[in-house]
Amino acid sequence: MAEPQKKKLDLNRREMPKQPPEVRKHNFGEVALGYSIENAVREAERCLQCKKPLCVSKCPVEIDIPGFIKSVAQRDFTTGIKVLKEKNLLPAVCGRVCPQEEQCEEVCVLVKKGGQIAIGRLERFLADWEASQETVGIPEIPPSTGRKVAVVGGGPAGLTVAGDLIKLGHQVTIFEALHKLGGVLTYGIPEFRLPKAIVNREVDYLRRLGTEIVPDFVIGKTRTIESLLKEYNAIFIGAGAGLPWFMNIPGENLNGVYSANEYLTRMNLMKGFLFPEYRTPIKEHKQVAVVGGGNVAMDCARTALRLGAETRIIYRRSREELPARLEEVENAEEEGIIFEFLTLPIRYIGDENGWVKEIEYLKMKLGEPDASGRRSPIPIEGSQTKLSVDAVVCAIGNSPNPLIPATTPGLTMGKKGNIVADEQTGKTSMDRIWAGGDVVTGAATVILAMGAGRKAARSIHEYLCSLS
Amino acid sequence: MFRVIENRMIVPNIHLLEIEAPAVASEVRPGQFVILRVNEDGERIPVSIADWDREKGTIMTTILTIGGTTGDLAKVPAGADIPTVVGPLGNATAIDMFGTVLCIGGCYGIGSIYPIARALKEKGNRVITAIEARSSYLFYWEDKLEKVSDRIIHITRDGTKGFRGHVGRILEIMKASSETIDRIIINGCTFLMKRGTDASRPFGIKTIVSLNPIMIDGTGMCGVCRVTVGSNTKFACVDGPDFDGHQVDWQELLQRRKTYVREEAVAFRTSRCEEHRTKP
Ligand SMILES: Cc1cc2nc3c(=O)[nH]c(=O)nc-3n(C[C@H](O)[C@H](O)[C@H](O)COP(=O)(O)OP(=O)(O)OC[C@H]3O[C@@H](n4cnc5c(N)ncnc54)[C@H](O)[C@@H]3O)c2cc1C
Ligand code: FES
Repeated sequence: MAEPQKKKLDLNRREMPKQPPEVRKHNFGEVALGYSIENAVREAERCLQCKKPLCVSKCPVEIDIPGFIKSVAQRDFTTGIKVLKEKNLLPAVCGRVCPQEEQCEEVCVLVKKGGQIAIGRLERFLADWEASQETVGIPEIPPSTGRKVAVVGGGPAGLTVAGDLIKLGHQVTIFEALHKLGGVLTYGIPEFRLPKAIVNREVDYLRRLGTEIVPDFVIGKTRTIESLLKEYNAIFIGAGAGLPWFMNIPGENLNGVYSANEYLTRMNLMKGFLFPEYRTPIKEHKQVAVVGGGNVAMDCARTALRLGAETRIIYRRSREELPARLEEVENAEEEGIIFEFLTLPIRYIGDENGWVKEIEYLKMKLGEPDASGRRSPIPIEGSQTKLSVDAVVCAIGNSPNPLIPATTPGLTMGKKGNIVADEQTGKTSMDRIWAGGDVVTGAATVILAMGAGRKAARSIHEYLCSLS
Repeated sequence: MFRVIENRMIVPNIHLLEIEAPAVASEVRPGQFVILRVNEDGERIPVSIADWDREKGTIMTTILTIGGTTGDLAKVPAGADIPTVVGPLGNATAIDMFGTVLCIGGCYGIGSIYPIARALKEKGNRVITAIEARSSYLFYWEDKLEKVSDRIIHITRDGTKGFRGHVGRILEIMKASSETIDRIIINGCTFLMKRGTDASRPFGIKTIVSLNPIMIDGTGMCGVCRVTVGSNTKFACVDGPDFDGHQVDWQELLQRRKTYVREEAVAFRTSRCEEHRTKP
């Protein structure tokens, strides 16, 4: 194993081809196009195969990263995908949307020299390679244990729990409020970043493993948690953080002011960009302002741009403080999104028909760092300015939906409307109920939701085995 | 998939759909709604639940069909399946012993006011049901309503049955027959609810309306259904659909419902039914 070390250090991180900005801003096709086999193998060959890989320790689901990369270098993709899938049920998704730059890739020993291995791109490569094969293998499922588990919510957390438990022989049913599974992967993240065919493929895989899938079923409405407890041995709540925040400023209920969730749901879940072929309408706006600076804001802005609008991001701090992934900010800039930094909307002004026509905002300057460690914005007095718009998308955050807590009195809740659950096991304050993902942490990431799902599945399995 | 058991036009432009949805049927209470999709490419529309049969596992809805998705719904034959029926959504109408309750229904709301009137009656209230339509041939379910009401009042625009005029007359009618009303509940088109609310305001009678803004998910996720009630923003799908009519910002609601008028596919929610109601 000392052999690779002798090799000359190759710091040339292989680029992944992308659609050029001028082209992609007019379509909803995927922006990044993936590695060719040759590029993937070259990139994998650069890996030093560290004895104590730091990358693994920074991966929320502890993927054997050097292991799968080695297989790619050896062109043994079948083994590679097996290694990957041992720990990650959704590699095609994570390879695309995980913030690798602050996880595995951040601690790669080559990062100081700027040549960190493109772990995410290799992960994506393997997953896409597998999908391009004729058959995707189905693992052998042990005989049924006769234990029943209900999973509430079909997002990454719920899908992970279902996948892990079904493979252990338990009977799993997923209840999902919407008509499609995937959670934010389906209704939130746009097609150009995560093609829906990928999400559908993963859900289909779970179905083939024998998971019972019940869409159009709202827990807390169609049936309560309490009633599920009578039929199921264990319940996992992975209901996400789907309640949109507004700023509570005048004019927010004018026509043309959307929450990010509404805007993205119209587009992604309901395929508004294919209206009228798909029946959910989306307006043809000319000047769109997206308020916020996270990934969600970037997704909304880049969606509006693709629908032909002149699009601005309105953010109250400066570029350095943008919470969105740098890669997405750069993509947005390349595509021609206009950034208005140090800007805080204070009022929306409507026309005579109740449609938003202007934003009034204040200019800000940066003060001392606040609790989040970012410099806090302070309004500059007398700096009121107006900007013409015909739509505003409010992308300032989400918190967990109160439907389940409101109908499950025994559940201990946190201050921010989140369900309190043990970090290691996902156990909630109620017997036989586990929770994980955004519903526990507040809006976070796909991989953290999956990590939480994995831990909860382990704990649920232990519990189910303890039943005589 | 949800099987359509029956689908027929009971009066012009109103279709009665009976749909097999056992999970919804076993939980539904008066005043709740479902969200439907007609086909895989279809939009999601909210529809009030007008009746149900828990044993059979079916629900009934009365749908005003004027093109768009409601038009598609009208064409689904009995025996066919539709992909989404999710619910029961929203909070149930508050049912208690109020005394004398005036239940007002118009348009599709003649259907959805029925289970409310029934529950109020079962609680021991004196139930007066007033139904409004352009003309007498647009009334339906009168026999059902009669069974659960102590008194039925018809109001028609053209005077072909009962009182002539519109719902704004209702309190004058009540007064004329010396009825003391303790509570009013109105279901139907936005304009009907607004008019009824305006009429009761001077009398200070608590008036509950079932708001019907545009909705997508129906679970509090998108916020498209937001309405202003007593200067607070509420999400009608989870905080409602019932609100105190005297606190509702009707102007805003009417405007928000027109968001997609030009995209026309929202026919149900921007019904011509409303337009003719705006004319005196
Ligand atoms: C626009 C956008 C872009 C994002 N981009 C990224 C990114 O690039 N990288 C990244 O790592 N993360 C990203 N995130 C965050 C990431 O998507 C979430 O952290 C992750 O999806 C959380 O998973 P979850 O399973 O906890 O919840 P969710 O994905 O929210 O899934 C919850 C599911 O539960 C269902 N549900 C809710 N209530 C009920 C109920 N009462 N009954 C039945 N079902 C219910 C919901 O309909 C939903 O399908 C993004 C989020 C958004 C909104
Ligand atoms: S319909 Fe989406 S929040 Fe009410």
